[in-house]
Amino acid sequence: MARYLLSRIVGLLGVLLVVSFITFGLMHAVPGGPFDSRALERQQMIPEQIKRQLNLKYGLDEPVWRQYLLFMRNAVRLDFGYSLAFPSRTVVQIFKEQWPYSVQLGLLTLAFSVVVGIGLGIASAVRPDSWVDHFGTGVSVFCLVMPSFVFAILLQFFFSAQLGWLPTGGWDGPRHWIMPVLANSLAPILVLQRYTRSSMRDAMRAGYVRTARAKGLSRGRIMFVHVFKNALTPLLTVGGPLAAGLVVGSFFVESIFRIPGIGFYFVSAIGQRDYPMIMATTVVWTAIISGAYLATDLLYALADPRVTLVKEK
Amino acid sequence: MPDALLRTVELTKSFTARRASLAGKKVKNLAVDRVSLTVGEGETLGLVGESGCGKSTLALTIMRLHEPTAGRIIFAGRDINGLGEAALKPVRRQMQMVFQDPLASLDPRLTVEQIICEPLDSPGAGARPVRRAPVARLLERVGLAASDMGRYPNEFSGGQQQRIGIARALALRPRLLICDEPVSALDVSVQAQILNLLRDLQDEFGLAYLFISHNIAVTAHMSRRIGVMYLGRVVEEGPAREIITAPRHPYTRALLAAVPEPDPSRREVGPVAEGDAAGVAGRPTGCAFRARCPAAAERCAAEEPRLRPVAEGRVAACHFA
Amino acid sequence: MAATARVIDQSSLKKRPSGMSRFWLRFRRSRAGMIALSFIVLEAAVALFAPWVAPFDPYRGDFAATWQTPNSLHWLGTDDLGRDVLSRLIYGARVSISVGVLSQLAIAAIGLPVGALAGLRGGWLDYVVMRVIDVLSSLPALLFYILLMVALGAGFGNLIVAMAATGWIGMARLVRGQVLTLKETDYVRAARAMGGGTRHIIATHLVRNAMTPVIVAVALGIPGAMFAEAGLSFLGLGIPSPQASWGQMIGLYQSYIRTAWHLTVFPSTVLAATMLAWFILGDRVRDALDTSAPGGRA
Repeated sequence: MARYLLSRIVGLLGVLLVVSFITFGLMHAVPGGPFDSRALERQQMIPEQIKRQLNLKYGLDEPVWRQYLLFMRNAVRLDFGYSLAFPSRTVVQIFKEQWPYSVQLGLLTLAFSVVVGIGLGIASAVRPDSWVDHFGTGVSVFCLVMPSFVFAILLQFFFSAQLGWLPTGGWDGPRHWIMPVLANSLAPILVLQRYTRSSMRDAMRAGYVRTARAKGLSRGRIMFVHVFKNALTPLLTVGGPLAAGLVVGSFFVESIFRIPGIGFYFVSAIGQRDYPMIMATTVVWTAIISGAYLATDLLYALADPRVTLVKEK
Repeated sequence: MPDALLRTVELTKSFTARRASLAGKKVKNLAVDRVSLTVGEGETLGLVGESGCGKSTLALTIMRLHEPTAGRIIFAGRDINGLGEAALKPVRRQMQMVFQDPLASLDPRLTVEQIICEPLDSPGAGARPVRRAPVARLLERVGLAASDMGRYPNEFSGGQQQRIGIARALALRPRLLICDEPVSALDVSVQAQILNLLRDLQDEFGLAYLFISHNIAVTAHMSRRIGVMYLGRVVEEGPAREIITAPRHPYTRALLAAVPEPDPSRREVGPVAEGDAAGVAGRPTGCAFRARCPAAAERCAAEEPRLRPVAEGRVAACHFA
Repeated sequence: MAATARVIDQSSLKKRPSGMSRFWLRFRRSRAGMIALSFIVLEAAVALFAPWVAPFDPYRGDFAATWQTPNSLHWLGTDDLGRDVLSRLIYGARVSISVGVLSQLAIAAIGLPVGALAGLRGGWLDYVVMRVIDVLSSLPALLFYILLMVALGAGFGNLIVAMAATGWIGMARLVRGQVLTLKETDYVRAARAMGGGTRHIIATHLVRNAMTPVIVAVALGIPGAMFAEAGLSFLGLGIPSPQASWGQMIGLYQSYIRTAWHLTVFPSTVLAATMLAWFILGDRVRDALDTSAPGGRA
């Protein structure tokens, strides 16, 4: 077990190293970017003070590999320097102040899509070929083909511009939450609904359920004791990464509804070529998502007695 | 005994499997362990053993579809182990194979004609019209119709698919046919038809067979001689009739006891092998069969029995044979 | 036995349809599939003949006619520069479809040989390819796109490059898996036993049997790439203005939903309809290709 954990952690660090390397490499390949020290000299727009800071911070007059090591050393200390788009704030400050908005949006989305997705999944599995099942299929096709930003625009058009029921953007209270959560929950509903439906069906066909039925146990008891427990445990494997993906924020939904979370800032960082912000966000996001995968696998092993993480022989 | 067409000498095939992690140790599996067999021209050698004993690996190794780890494969007087692809080609064409799952052995996207012509599709094989006639003759010979040529494998029944597989193998006029469980995927009613077809073809084309099966009764019906394999090794070999009437190795006895006897008055309670084979990887010391053997003694744990002559033309690997 | 063989002969006397027409017969039975196909064909035709179909020049602005809502002259209105929205949508279809098709061709051009070679050769080559794939796929896909586009800069060519750089991984995996499975089938073993060399086995067995999943993957990849193009253009990383792209139009005018809804709602609708049509098409094509059970085993 300890060995497995160790090898997984090493693997995670490896992924982060690769991601940081690719990110660093790509950002430095940009000609005339802020990591191009000669271009920096010529930049009139950037104040002299920031230029000096940049040189110091990233060692721009040093060879590239030294710059990479410097970047990594700073990254480990969670020091990603100043944002270029908001020069008065460090990247970490931006994270600290803006992330709570993304977390709120993510958790609300998660709660909504768990209720809808798992609910629809169970209903479809229990009553196959009924109207609920067909409705569920319709919902999942909708979630699959509808890009979230398109859905967001259409929601805004109907509920804000036409009907005037809801505000177009901002994050000031429950009325502001409705449309972003709806638009953001397309992918999670799709995943949860499909997964629940298929694992419920598998569980209902399993031998132990048939046995329970043969023994004459009540339908409710069979469902609660045998089906749910066995069908919903595997949901953890998708649930963990899904939650992590939601909590890190959304590019599209946050920028359309002007929710000041990390996704919103990341999109504006892209627009303004705010490289420190882009690099930091990439590395931190990858860390959170890969960490969630690891945590999920461990949780899953605890929840399901049959799973052994260490392969025998 | 006729001239030896195929002889294997101490033929060995081992697989190395790496353990899950990168630093894991390599594990060596001896799937075929120093097997020496002889198939005479026009003769049938049967090979029996339960699944996982290495029969199929042996067949694929003889065909050089698996690279042998050690030993020699002497075909028509020539060691073919170590021949390059080009030199191997003409030899391979003289020995062909019939597979266990007939559908899996036929490319689903080719018509019957294309399947049978495939071996002929080498340079200088002639244009299509010239080939059609021999394909039709082959199809009719194995009990199908010439008009089946344009159909696809999944349109046939299992027995018919196996007939196609046999026709394909015969297209090259081989001298040796390796039949790897040719009837075990078929309905019992069809099995006899295919077995009879194989016997007829043997007489007509002067074929030699290496007939592999888990069913000792079927094998005895088909073969002049029988070899019994257990965990990668031959544990008994001899004339088919003698082996089924007077088995010497306890494993052979167990296999025979597993054959259903239609006449209840002749049924006797024989020694039955209990448990499963240990798996090739976990070969125990001493006699590999001793854990399941009703006659196991102390000696079997300490000393590995060698294959030794036990009667005229018979060998067995048991201390008590 | 001979008797049963004869009986089956009768049925085989009828002319058997070829694989392609059998597929078409099965596909045609689905009405939704046919509607989706017609929609996509129509869209492709409009894109192809855009210069003749579009009522206005999509790039020429008219400062006397900015911010117009839909009217009899400009059916879908005009944007901030007075450009005709319908014409821009039509040219946007061009961009969308060509990104979809070209990126899939690029992906196949890289992934097919890499995957086939890794599967056929095995050994160290396979090991190296698989490790590269492992490393690249550890990056979240959307982030990888974004980083690449930030580094390369927005533009049609760079978009294709970025998609090929990420997409070949899946294709190589698929092809390698196919090759590895087929290598172990008895019919490939039989072909080798009959003296068939690598070239013969590729030409006769691998191409025929591995092609269907590859073609399906390429076809299903097209809407995926169109989706990605729209997303990246929305973020300002895909197709730069003045070229037209649906995602870009949505992204540029998203904040005008109250005043100039037509600038975003029309491209949104077209994009959603296109995605739905491709999804239905892909679904029905897969059904029609699934020939595992025609007649079945007797």
